[in-house]
Amino acid sequence: MRYILMMHAPRATGDYQINNWAPEDFEAHIAFMHRYNKELTEAGEFVGAEGLSPPGDAKLVRAGKNGTPVTDGPFPETKEFLAGWWIVEVDRPERAYELAAKASAAPGPGGAPLNMAIEVRQVMRGPLPDV
Amino acid sequence: MTGTVSPDRVGHLARELAPRVLGALARRHDDFAAAEDAVQEALVAAVHQWPRAGIPDNPSGWLFRVASRRLSDHTRSERARRRREEEVAASEPREVQPALDAIPGADEDDSLLLLFMCCHPALTPASAIALTLRAVGGLTTAEIASAFLVPEATMAQRISRAKQSIRSSGIPFGEPSPDERGERLGEVLHVLYLIFNEGHTGSAGDSLHRVDLSDEAIRLTRLVHGLLPEETEVAGLLALMLLTDARRAARTGVHGELIPLDEQDRSRWNRGLIAEGIAIISDTLPRGAVGPYQLQAAVAAVHDEASSADDTDWPQILALYGVLRLMSDNPMVTLNHAIAAAMVDGPAAGLDLLMPLDTDARIAGHYRLDAVRAHLHERSGDHERAIAHYRAAAAGTSSIPERNYLLTRAARLSATKAESGRGVGAVPTSGDSGDQA
Repeated sequence: MRYILMMHAPRATGDYQINNWAPEDFEAHIAFMHRYNKELTEAGEFVGAEGLSPPGDAKLVRAGKNGTPVTDGPFPETKEFLAGWWIVEVDRPERAYELAAKASAAPGPGGAPLNMAIEVRQVMRGPLPDV
Repeated sequence: MTGTVSPDRVGHLARELAPRVLGALARRHDDFAAAEDAVQEALVAAVHQWPRAGIPDNPSGWLFRVASRRLSDHTRSERARRRREEEVAASEPREVQPALDAIPGADEDDSLLLLFMCCHPALTPASAIALTLRAVGGLTTAEIASAFLVPEATMAQRISRAKQSIRSSGIPFGEPSPDERGERLGEVLHVLYLIFNEGHTGSAGDSLHRVDLSDEAIRLTRLVHGLLPEETEVAGLLALMLLTDARRAARTGVHGELIPLDEQDRSRWNRGLIAEGIAIISDTLPRGAVGPYQLQAAVAAVHDEASSADDTDWPQILALYGVLRLMSDNPMVTLNHAIAAAMVDGPAAGLDLLMPLDTDARIAGHYRLDAVRAHLHERSGDHERAIAHYRAAAAGTSSIPERNYLLTRAARLSATKAESGRGVGAVPTSGDSGDQA
C-alpha cells in the first residue's frame, strides 16, 4: 500500500524559516533529509519525494474566461504550508506512521527535533483483482 | 549464430533460460546471492548483445559461461578484499570451477528449487515477489521496478534484502523435507497468485512498454504445472488465472472504469484462454485432492461458460462456494457465498449469511462487506439502505475505479428511486474470493 507523507511547516514571513538558521543547523537538517531518503530506498519503501519552493511564491490559480489563468496570492496569513512530500510503499499503515514520525523529528535550530506535522494519506490504486 | 533478432525474442528466450542457468550455477556454488547477481549480469549482457550478434547456438551454455565468469571475478575480488581486510582464511569462499564447455543442467530443471527458495516464508511478500520475478522470471531489476511503478534503486534494495534474508535464515537451496513440502508449495502458489493479482490491480496507464505481471504469473505457473503435473492445486491455480485473465479486456471501459461481470461485453472475452482453462479444470477436478484454487477456478469456469449473465448457473456456484467455505475459513469466501445464495434464494438469504461477518474482526467494517450489502439491498428494493452502503463502501475502498463505480451506483439509485435494481452479479467481488491468506 502506498502513502503520501505531506510535510506541513509553520510559516513566518513567506520564506522558509530554515533560511535564517545557523549554517550548522541548516546542514544538519539537510543531511538528515538525505539520510532519511537513503534509508527509505534501502528499505525498499521509497517511491518518490519532492521539496517545494517557499510559500512566498505560492499562487492560487483558477480558470477565467476562455480558460485564461486568474491568479491569486501570495497569502501571508496562512499558518501552515506544504513544504514537501514523500510517497512510500509499505505493508501496513502503522509503518507509514512510523516513517512520518521519523520525518517529523527532523532536526531544527540547535539540533532540537522540529516535530513538524506530517499528514499521512493513502494513495488510491487502479482496479482491484477481478470483477 | 543466426542473423539479427528482435529484442523481444531475445528477452523471451533469456527469461525462459534464466532459472535453469541460475539453478545450475547455484548448485555449484555456495553463495546463492552472488550466483543470482551473476546470472542477472549475464542476462543483461545477452539482451544487449544477442539482438545484434544473433542468438548463440547454445544460448543456455553462453549464459552459463558468462555468469560463471562474472561469479569467478566476483569471488576473486571478494577474496582480495577479504585478504586486504586480513580476515581469517577459513571464511574464504570456495573457488568456483565453472564447467566451461558443459551445457549445464540440460537434463535437470532447478526452477522449482529456486521457487521454493524465493518464496520462503522467512521473506516478506514484497521481497518474495521481487526475487521470484528476477531469479525465476529472468526479468531485469529495471523491468520489475517499472512493472511496480517504483524507482529502480528501491526495487534493487528489495531484491538485495530478500537475498540477505535467505542468507541470514540459512535457507538451503534444495528440496524441502517431505513433511513441509505441501506448505512450501502453498507459499509458492500464493506468491504467484499475488503477482497475478498485482497485474490486474496496477494502473492501466502507460502499460505499453511495461512487463505484464499477470502474463508473467501465468508463465511461471505454467512452468510449475509442467514440472508438477500431478499437483492438482497447481493446475487449479493455472486454470483460475487463465479463466480470470480471459475477461481482462472486458472488465474496464475506455476510461478505465470498472465494468461489473454482469454488464461485460462477453464477445470480448478471450475464448482461447477460456477453453484452455476449462480443459485444465475439467481434467483436474475428478482426480481428487480438491483445494481452494480448483474451486475458485470452477466458479470462474461457470461464469465464463454462461453466454449471458442471466444464463449463469448460480446453483452450481452456490454449491461450489458451500464446499469452499467448509475448506477455508476466509470471510471473503463467505461474501461470495452470500452473493450466490442471493442469486439462488433471493437477497434476504444473502443478507442473512452476511450477519455473522459483523462480529468477524477480519472483515467487519471492510468496504467489501458494505458493497455486497448495498447490492443485496438494491436487489431487494430497499434503495435507501443500498445507497447508504454504496457510499460507505466508496469511502472505504482505496481503488479509484471501484470508488467511482460504487458512487455511480449510488447516484443512479438516488436519481431513479422508482426503478428497481439489477442483479447482484454486478458485485465487484463475485467470481473472486480474494486472497486465500
